[in-house]
Order: sequence, then C-alpha cells, then structure tokens
Amino acid sequence: MESQTTYNYKVVRQFAIMTVVWGIVGMLVGVIVAAQLAFPNFALWDGVSFLSYGRLRPLHTNAVIFAFGGSALFATSYYVVQRTCQTRLFGGPLASFTFWGWTLVILLAAISLPLGITSGKEYAELEWPIDLLIAVVWVAYAVVFFGTVAKRTVKHIYVANWFYGAFILTIAVLHIVNSAFVPVTLTKGYSFYPGAIDAMVQWWYGHNAVGFFLTTAFLGMMYYFIPKQAERPVYSYRLSVVHFWALISTYMWAGPHHLHYTALPDWAQSVGMLFSLILLAPSWGGMINGIMTLSGAWHKLRTDPILKFLIVSLSFYGMSTFEGPMMSIKTVNALSHYTDWTVGHVHSGALGWVAMVSIGSLYYLIPRLFGKIEMYSTKLVELHFWTATIGVVLYIAAMWIAGVMQGLMWRAVNADGTLTYSFIESVERTYPFYYVRLLGGAMFLGGMLIMAFNVWKTVGQGSAKDADDAIPAPAAH
Amino acid sequence: MSEFWSVWIIVLTVGNILACLWLVRWTMRSRAGEAAQGDVTGHTWDGTLQEYNNPLPRWWLWLFYITLVFAGVYLALYPGLGKFQGFLGWSSGNTLAAGDGSQYKGEMQKAAEKYDPIYKQYAAVAVTDLAAKPEYQEARAMGKRLFLTYCMQCHGSDAGGSRGFPNLTDGDWLWGGAPEQIAASIANGRTGVMPTHAHLGDAKIDEVSTYIMSLSGRNVDAAKAEAGKQVFLSAGCIGCHGMDATGNQMLGAPNLTDGTWLYGGSAGAIKQTITKGRNGVMPAHKDLLGDEKVHLLAAYVVSLSQK
Repeated sequence: MESQTTYNYKVVRQFAIMTVVWGIVGMLVGVIVAAQLAFPNFALWDGVSFLSYGRLRPLHTNAVIFAFGGSALFATSYYVVQRTCQTRLFGGPLASFTFWGWTLVILLAAISLPLGITSGKEYAELEWPIDLLIAVVWVAYAVVFFGTVAKRTVKHIYVANWFYGAFILTIAVLHIVNSAFVPVTLTKGYSFYPGAIDAMVQWWYGHNAVGFFLTTAFLGMMYYFIPKQAERPVYSYRLSVVHFWALISTYMWAGPHHLHYTALPDWAQSVGMLFSLILLAPSWGGMINGIMTLSGAWHKLRTDPILKFLIVSLSFYGMSTFEGPMMSIKTVNALSHYTDWTVGHVHSGALGWVAMVSIGSLYYLIPRLFGKIEMYSTKLVELHFWTATIGVVLYIAAMWIAGVMQGLMWRAVNADGTLTYSFIESVERTYPFYYVRLLGGAMFLGGMLIMAFNVWKTVGQGSAKDADDAIPAPAAH
Repeated sequence: MSEFWSVWIIVLTVGNILACLWLVRWTMRSRAGEAAQGDVTGHTWDGTLQEYNNPLPRWWLWLFYITLVFAGVYLALYPGLGKFQGFLGWSSGNTLAAGDGSQYKGEMQKAAEKYDPIYKQYAAVAVTDLAAKPEYQEARAMGKRLFLTYCMQCHGSDAGGSRGFPNLTDGDWLWGGAPEQIAASIANGRTGVMPTHAHLGDAKIDEVSTYIMSLSGRNVDAAKAEAGKQVFLSAGCIGCHGMDATGNQMLGAPNLTDGTWLYGGSAGAIKQTITKGRNGVMPAHKDLLGDEKVHLLAAYVVSLSQK
C-alpha cells in the first residue's frame, strides 16, 4: 500500500502522457479524413474498406473526444480533486483500473471501428460489449472521484469539483440509457428504442456528450488551471453558483435541436430550441468567470503562452456557445443543418475550446508531475500556441463559408420551382474550402507534434520521484 | 399525447424556467457574515485558490432574463407546453394531425399557386412534340431541371446511368421507349426482378452464362455455349427472356443479345446475376410530382435518345 501522505500522481502521469499520444492519433485520423474529402480518389485509401471515410470518421471522433479529451479529463480531475480536497485518491488500485480499463476501451475502438463494427449511433458507435466495459470503468471512476471528495480534509468543495462531479454522474446516466441494446451477436446489437424515440434518445445523449463531456468537465479544468496559472482568485463565487446550476439543468433539454424539421413532435423541437437559447447566459458565465479572473493580471498574457492557451480557449468557448444557441433557432437551423457550418461549429468548440484548454492545462501539469516548474522550452509552447490558433481559425473560417454557401445553394430555386443547383455542384464548390480545412487541421496536428517533443524533453530532464506530491497537513479553517 | 404526459411536460418545462429565475434571485441575496463585495470569500484550496465575492455582472443578468422571457413568450405562441398548440395555432405539419396552421401545407400551397400554371401550359402538348419541336425548347429545359432535381441521383446528371441504373440515352429500353411507356415508368415506377438460380449449381450456371455471352457475339468456348443453350431452354430462362433471348418489355426482361448490360457484362457479373438474382426498382413519382411534371420529364427523356 502506498503512503497516504502523498498524492497519487502515478495515474495522473499515465493519463497526462496518454492525452498527448491520443491527441496526436485522433487528430492524425482527423487530418486523414479531411484529406479524403479533399482528395477522394487518392490511391492510398481508394477502395480500401478499413480506410474508408465512413469507418475512419467515427474513429476520429471517438479518438479525439473519448481518448484525447477523456484522458485529459481523467488526468486533470484526478489531480485537481486530490489537491483541492487535500487527500489521496480514494479506492487504492481502482484508479489504476480506470486507466487500464479506459486504455482497453480505446484499443477496442481502434480495432472494431475500422472493421466496420458499429452501432450506428453518432458518438456512441462502439458495440454493446465495449459499452459494458465503458460502464464498468465509468462506475469505478465515479467511486474514485466521489470517494475522494467524501474523504476530503477541507470543509468546502472547490468549484472545479462540482463541474467534474456533474460530468461524471451525467455521463454515466447518458451512456447507460443510450446504450440500451438488444444483443444479437458479440459484434451486433440493436437499439432498444423504436424510430423517432431512438433518434430523440440518441440526441439527448449526443448533445449532452457535448454539454457534459466537452463543456461542463472542461469548465472544471478551467476553474483550477486558470486561477493557478494567473495566480489570481476566481472572479465571482456567486456567478459560479448560478452558471453551474443553470448550465447543468438547461443542457439536459437541448438535444432536440439536432432534430429540427424531422418526425420529432413540434413541442419537443420548440422546447429543445428554447432551452438551447436559455443556455447562452449560463454558458457565458463560465467564460466571464475565467477571463475576468485575469483582471489585474492582463500583462501576464504578453509573456505567458500557457495563459494564452487558456484565455484563447475561453474566447473560442464564448464564440461557440454563442454560435450554438443561434444555430438552434429553427429558421437559422433550416439554413445551417446538414452543412459544413455544423462541422465548423463543432471544431471551434473541439479545437478552440476543448483542445486548447487541455493543452494549456497539460503545460502547467506535466512539469509538476516530473519535479519541474516549467516545460523544457517555453518558446516551443509559444510556437505551439500560434500554430494551433492559426490552424483553428483557418479551419472554422473555411467551414463557415463552405456551410453558408452549401445552405444557400441547396435552397436556391429556379423560376419554375426546380432546384438551381444539384447536390454535386455544391460539393464541387466546396473543394477549395476542404483544402483550407485540411491545412488548418494539419497545422493543429503539427502543434501537437511540437508539444510531444517538448513533453518528451521535459520528462527526460525531470523525474517522477522529484514531484512535490506531499499532502500538507489540514489547515485550520 | 395523454393528459398525464402533457401535464408532465408542462410542469418540467415551466418548472425549469422558473427555477432559473429563482436561482438567480436566491444567489443574489446577501447573507449575514459574508465577505464584502470585491473581497475574497475566505476559503482557500490547494494553497492559493481563492474566490472573490463579486456580484453577477449586470449585462449578463439581463442577457439571462431576456432569454427566459423569450422562452415564455414563445411557449405561449407556439407548440411546446404538452398538448397546448400555442395561440398562433402553428404546426410544422410533420405530424399526422397537422391542422390548418401547418407550415408545410401552407408552403406547398403557395408553391403550387406560383408554379403550377408554368407546368400546366404544356400539359396538352404531345410528348413527341415537346421532345422535338424547336418552339418547345423551354419545356425541354424545364424537363432537364426537373431531371437534375429528381432523377440524377440514380441515372446521373447526363442520364447515362450507372451499374444497376439504366442509361436513358442509348435507345435501349427495358420497359419500352414509346412516350406513353416512358411516362408510365416515371409515374408508376417499375420493379424488375431477376430471381435467384443458385439451385442450378455452379457448372450449369457457368455453361448458361457462356451461352449468354455468345449471344452478343463474344468469343467463347463453343461446346460450353452449346451446353449452356440447353440449360437456357430448360431452366426457365425463356419464360421471361424469350426463346431468342431478346427479352420482353412487358416484364422488363432485358434483351441478352445486344451487348448492353445493366449489372455488368463480365463473366463474373453475369454469373452473379444468375446465381443471386437482381431486384431493380424505379420508384413511382406520380404522387410526388403530379401529372404535368411527369409529362415534361417524359418529354426530356424522349429527347435524350433522339439525338
């Protein structure tokens, strides 16, 4: 049994390093599928089933959301919950089990998805045996996290832990309900729900995967690493209370906006749209609290690339949480739905917010896990920041223009009511934007490679033994 | 929707909106013994983490209120609160019970008023005239635009077809190339079924496919083709394709002697067609498009094979 006088940094180190590895893998697959759209007949993948777009695209989304994003969340939540509760992780070897279990899930995904084994549910493509494994790992995660919160030696629960806790609980509920499948064979099951209900359950899950996995949880990350790196108190406790409860209660309703103008009943579409609009202020609460935490320390942004990552991530967060409610309005959705605008919106959240806040947090975290104060090279962090930022901007600007163009082309009609453009004409016109998107994505991937080198050097120079993992004696409150 | 679920939805929806308002008011209240505005709250985590006791930003609060009020107004006007349809009586028209306020019905009606007269002007003109006479060039252009909207997904933008989808420009017709036959194919659809013949066994299928290849003048093993001919005559093929294998347009059975192959003319493709069968479907478009548009489409398709 390891000492109870130290924090469990081993599992944090494991997840932190794997975040970088899975980030590169997931984004590489993303660059490949982007290249497939730009060059569909390129000999490397033309006619190769397991490299086909339909199989690699879910591999990309699963890898970046659950492997990269998931590892970043495991790493930071384990680090944050220990340090802010001033106690070692609960459950002993259970934390290690979550690491190996999660790794197994990722490896099974990496094998089954290219083989074409899929449930066909977006962001939940893994078949039922893997779903069961996820459920087991996730329950273990909940036990470790909430066990740690329960045995804390400080009185109050720090705000970051509310967000991580809400994320862990909700993802458990979402995953279990949406993955209710009737198994037929080991690699094939059918959804428990019929027709439009299945679609509604799927998007209740799908949008809350965005809401709780990619928003709430990363706000937890933000609430620890921004005040730490800025060395300033969080701007407003009151704001954090309001935006937390409002965010988690209204996000639950937003799913139907993925099903506007479908067989979903009108009332559900209306309610989905309205709660998506109400979400704007609660979402922005987090952005305000993060950015205003920097007030009085703005000058640090000039010299500190880690803070740049964190603050720019909040800017992208604010932008995409404004864009989202707007796109959920039915009349706007009628133009934007099914176009590349949606893809741009997702990536302004996924690259701009999720990836950049994770990268910033890792640059803070990794040296501390290996007994160092700073990364091997701050200049390389700066270079990563600019490569990533320009990459995201290229990506989302290209997809915005492409999406609006597609939406306008699809709805254009001639004087006799026939369509002005055939679908394939809109595809043809999209090519230039696919090239720009590929460039933007490749730049973002390039930034991750710079990070990998920097992390490699930092880990090489430091030592896990030197990490300051001593638990201080409980302070008098 | 039953009364119970209607009430359930109303309570949850209105409850969550009111809870947001209550949450804001409750959090804004000042409490005895709390830190002064702008000071830290007094709690510290992990050595340095603290929080200011700053009030909610006013502009943000207004933003929140505006969205909540908007939601209330919208729910009064549009469907949302369970069974309540909203005071505007609007519906998207995607439900079976879409009433007069149906947006879909309304838009379709408007479109019909605007576009129907344009199509009606050609309804009485013969398809052959529309397809050929110079004064009907605009009618053919409209037919082409219809084709590019409704037909190109299978037949291709040049109507040249694709594997499993007939070429409409080559003068070779499965169901007949007369204007009224083409119009009937578009209006009512066609289902072309080639049944499976796996029961013949690989050897016989090999022989009969060799015979079929010989019919379009290809160089094949003559003895095998002769054996295949016996299979062709005895295994039921003649029932649809005829004694001379030239097909039957009543059944959509292809001519096997003309070198045109819907599902591919290689030995492998022919064997697969015989072994596993084929099921070709042209969907009906009468209800979707109406007679006038079908008429113009027929004229356009006829014009394609007259070049």
